[in-house]
Amino acid sequence: MTDEERKKPKLIPNRTPIPEQDPKERGKNFNEVSLGYSVEQALLEAERCIGCARPPCVKGCPVNVPIKDFIAYIQAQDFQSAINKIKETNILPAVCGRVCPQEDQCEKACVVGKKFEPVAIGRLERFAADWEREHGHRLKPKIAPSTGKKVAIIGSGPSGVTCASDLAQLGHQVTIFEALHEPGGVLLYGIPEFRLPKKMVAGEIAGLADMGVVIRTNSVVGKLMTVDELMEEYDACYIATGAGLPNFMGIEGENLNGVYSANEFLTRTNLMKAYTFPEYDTPIKVGDRVAVVGGGNVAMDSVRTALRLGAKEATIIYRRSETELPARGEEVHHAKEEGIRFEMLTSPIRIVGEDGWAKAIECVKMELGEPDDSGRRRPVPIAGSEFEVPADIVIMAIGTGANPLVPRSTRDLELTQRGYIIADEETGRTSRPGVYAGGDIVTGSATVILAMGAGRKAANDIHKYLMGEPEPETVQKA
Amino acid sequence: MAKILEKRLIRPPDVFYFKIDAPQISRKAQPGQFVIIRLHDHGERIPLSLADIDPDEGTISLIVMAVGKTSAEFVRMKAGDEISDLCGPLGQPTHIEKLGKVIVIGGGFGVAPLFPIARAFKAAGNKVVCVMGARSADLLIYEKEMGEVCDEVLVTTDDGSKGVKGVVTVALEQELEKGDTNLVVAVGPAIMMKFVCLTTKNFGVKTMVSLNPIMVDGSGMCGACRVSVGGETRFACTDGPDFDGHLVDWDLLMSRQKMYLGEEKESFEAWKARHPDILTEA
Ligand SMILES: Cc1cc2nc3c(=O)[nH]c(=O)nc-3n(C[C@H](O)[C@H](O)[C@H](O)COP(=O)(O)OP(=O)(O)OC[C@H]3O[C@@H](n4cnc5c(N)ncnc54)[C@H](O)[C@@H]3O)c2cc1C
Ligand SMILES: Cc1cc2nc3c(=O)[nH]c(=O)nc-3n(C[C@H](O)[C@H](O)[C@H](O)COP(=O)(O)OP(=O)(O)OC[C@H]3O[C@@H](n4cnc5c(N)ncnc54)[C@H](O)[C@@H]3O)c2cc1C
Ligand code: SF4
Ligand code: FES
Repeated sequence: MTDEERKKPKLIPNRTPIPEQDPKERGKNFNEVSLGYSVEQALLEAERCIGCARPPCVKGCPVNVPIKDFIAYIQAQDFQSAINKIKETNILPAVCGRVCPQEDQCEKACVVGKKFEPVAIGRLERFAADWEREHGHRLKPKIAPSTGKKVAIIGSGPSGVTCASDLAQLGHQVTIFEALHEPGGVLLYGIPEFRLPKKMVAGEIAGLADMGVVIRTNSVVGKLMTVDELMEEYDACYIATGAGLPNFMGIEGENLNGVYSANEFLTRTNLMKAYTFPEYDTPIKVGDRVAVVGGGNVAMDSVRTALRLGAKEATIIYRRSETELPARGEEVHHAKEEGIRFEMLTSPIRIVGEDGWAKAIECVKMELGEPDDSGRRRPVPIAGSEFEVPADIVIMAIGTGANPLVPRSTRDLELTQRGYIIADEETGRTSRPGVYAGGDIVTGSATVILAMGAGRKAANDIHKYLMGEPEPETVQKA
Repeated sequence: MAKILEKRLIRPPDVFYFKIDAPQISRKAQPGQFVIIRLHDHGERIPLSLADIDPDEGTISLIVMAVGKTSAEFVRMKAGDEISDLCGPLGQPTHIEKLGKVIVIGGGFGVAPLFPIARAFKAAGNKVVCVMGARSADLLIYEKEMGEVCDEVLVTTDDGSKGVKGVVTVALEQELEKGDTNLVVAVGPAIMMKFVCLTTKNFGVKTMVSLNPIMVDGSGMCGACRVSVGGETRFACTDGPDFDGHLVDWDLLMSRQKMYLGEEKESFEAWKARHPDILTEA
């Protein structure tokens, strides 16, 4: 230990609060909830970082953002260097600063957090990214001389975009194939405007064009072309198609009008801008009472979207208790502030209809029993506790699966039983040489940062593969 | 962007044929598949069946019936105009094989997909009989074209102005009574397909239908297009659009098609107020 460190730095116990839109107000608009730090607030918060010699926060970050270093630049008021530092390992800081579960990652590891509130790393990351967008110069990425190699990337979510960016900077010619009419993946169609303004996503993606990456929208791989065909034209391929197949519960009444998958509800709102109907052409239905089944981020996003679309009563129905809610604490907190109702330990058994439309969800109360495989206590129905939750709109946010379009149309690609692609965690290699995969299509629904991390690792290995290092071994089914 | 190369009025005043420059789609597309288009930045994504596919020329054709805002906006477009987004081919191709005799039945815009399907069944060596109906003779769509790819075209009109007087199922029944039909393929409004299926069921003849629920992405991501077939929920965009008509829950399909009736009307009325000259000439 250096003398410096032994001199116990003085710790500031509490985080600098971040300004937010008033909960009553924001429930009626789609503007961002969190307004971000001002320069003064960012400096105050940055002061809380004690600059650990071996900063555990960096290890806590799935892509090892040099957190201590970028915060030091903020302390020195050199915001341009701060953002450049972050971008060494994270090409989507404006996104990650907003949606990463920092409380489970970097901030969980923060030394200050052992005694007090951890340094608000996410808010500082967001500050640096927003500062650059408003004041800074986007550092033109250095592009290595052309290698003459061509890589096809399928899917323009965070995983595909990260892989594309890395490969383009290494001098490869990259084309992204995207099924929808706009790139961005879940960042665009899933996560709502009030949590992640779409101009951020567009801004980050514009950076790709500067690097010479070509994005071909409206290109459904598996239909317009197959991976096999792409492999005839390209030297390698990275599959990052996400986990976009919506699950339904299989209960009675699920096909009634008024019942949506979260994907459809959010896609209509975010991608198709149905919240501005009839200015934009795509309609959406929001009744007075909206019930959302599920307890993850997707459920929180759906229920808060419904509130903003004008629902008088918006309710979360979740079969476990509040402590098991998988959504980020911050999102649950925001939802509560906005007046979202929570029906915990409640499970739907059927949707009651009238004239073809949903009218209520019949539910049963649950109690927590023995722990299940996930270590959480298994919810068990309480006999005779059935009751109805009135609802004109029901949104199923109970998870997603692997869309089979690409996996099923690709020769010799090993899949898990549930249809996900088997790929090596460190390299993204699949069972087929030259074909890589990563992000949600490999792991199942995870996080933005993990999807990005997978894209980066695959880019490294694809680079080695293209540059003629020994033929990589493909993965085998365990 | 996809360019409109050719536009023709097929049935005044609201049904138009469009030929569109789409080299890559044309190389992959098969009869029975569809595309999703979005006309412009503020537009809705709507599905349209492939009415023709020409890989040599690098084109696809669509037949669009103006029924609401988006389709009415589409039929105002002209040769040379560009469609902002064209995505396809989507859905499973119609299963084509040599069976013997195949009856194809189209109603409304349904004759659009039926044309390449009939041609493919013919090319596979089947005897193909087309049954088409309309309220009156001047409302028939594609009669001549179907004649070119089918062995026979049977026309029905509600008012008797041409062919058999009555609805399509009347002519269908007469044809089925011959007892030599191996398959019926029906494409058109849900209510028509439902009655075709009720008819063919009596004769025990397998019937494929092309379902047209409301769609958004068309690639299995949203579930808007879910239909019930044989008691199971299926996504029409990826599992279909073709299904065994005898297993389809028609009432559910028709109910789901009406989900946005109010909004559709609002949107169309507002648009019409801004465009008093709704339909233009070809
Ligand atoms: C509503 C919602 C909220 C979330 N909130 C958070 C959060 O707060 N924090 C967090 O860290 N994570 C969150 N997540 C999870 C996170 O968004 C995902 O883990 C992440 O986006 C996965 O990235 P990906 O690149 O693997 O896939 P995706 O983002 O799903 O992108 C896949 C892309 O591939 C395209 N595609 C699919 N099939 C094809 C095909 N056949 N051909 C061409 N293109 C295709 C899709 O259209 C899509 O654009 C949330 C997810 C949702 C749905
Ligand atoms: C697989 C498939 C193939 C089709 N092929 C053709 C075709 O070749 N030619 C043709 O003219 N029409 C076709 N349709 C129907 C066409 O998509 C609708 O007429 C169109 O979406 C109407 O949009 P609108 O804004 O003009 O009318 P609206 O006023 O919005 O709707 C009129 C009716 O069209 C249906 N509809 C509305 N929005 C959608 C949507 N997003 N997806 C599907 N249906 C919708 C509804 O049942 C609605 O009641 C097809 C539909 C499907 C599902
Ligand atoms: S662990 Fe906390 S205090 Fe230490 S460097 Fe990281 S952010 Fe700063
Ligand atoms: S249209 Fe979205 S899943 Fe079929």
